[in-house]
Amino acid sequence: MSVNLTLLTVMGALYACGIYLLLERSLTRVLLGLMLLANATNLLILATGGYSGLAPLFDKDTAAGDYNDPLPQALILTSIVISFAVTAFMLGIIYRTWVLARQDEIQDDAEDRRVAQTPSFDAEDDSVIPVETSEFPLATVMSGDRAVRADKAASEEQPGSLNVDPSPEGGGE
Amino acid sequence: MNITSLAPLAVVLPILGAALTFLLIHHPRVQRAVSIAVLTLTLLLECWLLASVWDGGTAAVNIGGWLPPWGVVLVVDQFSSLMLVVSSAVSLAVLIYATGQGMADGDRDAPVSIFHPTYLILVAGVSNAFLTGDLFNLYVGFEILLTASYVLITLGGTGPRIRAGVTYVVVSVVSSVLFLIAIAMIYGATGTINMADLAIKLGELDQGTRTLLHVMLLVAFGIKAAVFPLSFWLPDSYPTAPAPVTAVFAGLLTKVGVYAMVRTETLLFPGDALNGPLMVAALLTMVVGILGALAQSDIKRLLSFTLVSHIGYMVFGLAMSTVAGLGAAVFYVAHHITVQTSLFLVTGLIERRGGSSSVDRVAGLAKLSPVLGVLFFIPAMNLAGIPPFSGFLGKLGLLQAGVELGTPLAYALVIGGVLTSLLTLLAIARVWNRAFWRKPEDAEHPDPVLLAAPADSATGDRAGKTNVTLLPRTMVGSTLGLVVFGVALTVFAGPLFRVADQSAQEMLDRTSYIHAVLGQDAPVPPVPPSVHPVQIQEGSGK
Repeated sequence: MSVNLTLLTVMGALYACGIYLLLERSLTRVLLGLMLLANATNLLILATGGYSGLAPLFDKDTAAGDYNDPLPQALILTSIVISFAVTAFMLGIIYRTWVLARQDEIQDDAEDRRVAQTPSFDAEDDSVIPVETSEFPLATVMSGDRAVRADKAASEEQPGSLNVDPSPEGGGE
Repeated sequence: MNITSLAPLAVVLPILGAALTFLLIHHPRVQRAVSIAVLTLTLLLECWLLASVWDGGTAAVNIGGWLPPWGVVLVVDQFSSLMLVVSSAVSLAVLIYATGQGMADGDRDAPVSIFHPTYLILVAGVSNAFLTGDLFNLYVGFEILLTASYVLITLGGTGPRIRAGVTYVVVSVVSSVLFLIAIAMIYGATGTINMADLAIKLGELDQGTRTLLHVMLLVAFGIKAAVFPLSFWLPDSYPTAPAPVTAVFAGLLTKVGVYAMVRTETLLFPGDALNGPLMVAALLTMVVGILGALAQSDIKRLLSFTLVSHIGYMVFGLAMSTVAGLGAAVFYVAHHITVQTSLFLVTGLIERRGGSSSVDRVAGLAKLSPVLGVLFFIPAMNLAGIPPFSGFLGKLGLLQAGVELGTPLAYALVIGGVLTSLLTLLAIARVWNRAFWRKPEDAEHPDPVLLAAPADSATGDRAGKTNVTLLPRTMVGSTLGLVVFGVALTVFAGPLFRVADQSAQEMLDRTSYIHAVLGQDAPVPPVPPSVHPVQIQEGSGK
């Protein structure tokens, strides 16, 4: 099976340009890249059909080996239609981006950025509880310079106040 | 009434329904009724397909009368019909949910008259991908469902949806181009794209070419199924879409990728040539995915990460290529479609009731709406794999198969699987503690709506109009239906596991598939000899 060298060279060039454009941040260039990739793939499918031959219209006098392989061309036709639809949709999206944001660039995911900047300390999970909050009167804690029972100390505690001394053990004597 | 005349209807019915609903675009009520009726009919048809395949074995349909190696062929076997039934049941529930949402909010607020036709096209694409026995037709099926999904994910065209849609569209198109390149290469190497014919002809190629084609197909499907290094796009693009759309995407689209991987691994490239790399990918998918979930505060994003993570379980089952492993993977796919979809539907309800889907804002939902609590709790525990739910049974089956295999890599995956299950429980418990059990005033950024006293509906700019229904009955009802379906998977786990094991046996054996497509006297090539490094070491040790 011989392969057309020109087709292969063009295919390689289309793939290279397509991948280069796909990595750009501008949406229009990304779209152009996708179109180049689709067309390069169409050429690849064409190349798998083998050498050029007669049009695959049945004629009794022609030997079977002289016909061109029709299947790849049917596949290319389908893939052209599909890439046409996708291109039209992408153009719609690009226009919408332009209307909404007046720019033609892929934007960052805001929630992703926010999560990435969230500190590992979680106020609800990781805060130290300053006083004994259990219902059972187990211990006394120091409030200023006097000892109070832990269950009473909770009522003196205001957010941000320094009334109750949070000892390293988290309460107790 | 035989299977060859009715099987194509699974694809044709939704497409006809889409055309009809498109014509009825100015009659929303008729449109809703038509699309629900069409999907119900499709579901009944597919149940019948499953039942008849159960009795009669694999069946093949030649479309247009073209004989198999040349024409397009649809193949109904146990795995594909099981997937059809589960996917149609789930998409019907989501459709009813979406209808309820549209009726509660009023269709005039958003241009969603396009929703029904697009949704039916999506279902047709999914059915086509499950049924087809032709590699290029599989590509066409993928394109049908992807193009419909492009429209659904950017529904309404708001800023965040367009931003997420761009990522999704570009990544999907690239994966489709990769798939098409792989098809071209396969056609160049073998001269056929019929999957049963390929099963015979790929075996005659030399090892290098085979591995190249195998890897290309796996990469293309890996992007669609969101397997770890290729899963970056999923948590970025799914959460911004409307709740029913995210739910159906999470349930179905990645599973179509998993289905394609299963077919590739069992039918086209049997043996364990790439099982090692697949297992490593499965382990990384599980662990990295769930670690991502732990960092999130938005419930939708958190669920998207658990979705990625649990794809790892299915790839693990697939990579073992034993009957036990593959059977457990098939069971897990059915379980995961149901549970993940119902969790996303409940999140949609949480967002409606609580005003936000961020666990920093919502609180006290257990008191506000106990029904919502029950609806969330059951599928959440199911996802985390708490006994006796089907998530536990599926994971147990996978872990047992892994221990049975007994290679060091399999043991690493068993440990990774248990760890992922525990971390899923942690992630889900965080959501539960904050969104349901915490008092509203304890929230980090409390939602003023939840703290405020109920507004007086006699004044204000919406006075006189009916207020938006917070929890419409249709939405709660369809979610409840799906949750009950998930519990039913647990109750009927015995028969389901039998179907899964039988389909795994059929797929690994390949005889029934190849004979159904190519005729009884087609040669079934033997599975290539094992190249598993551990077994080679054992052999040389003796």
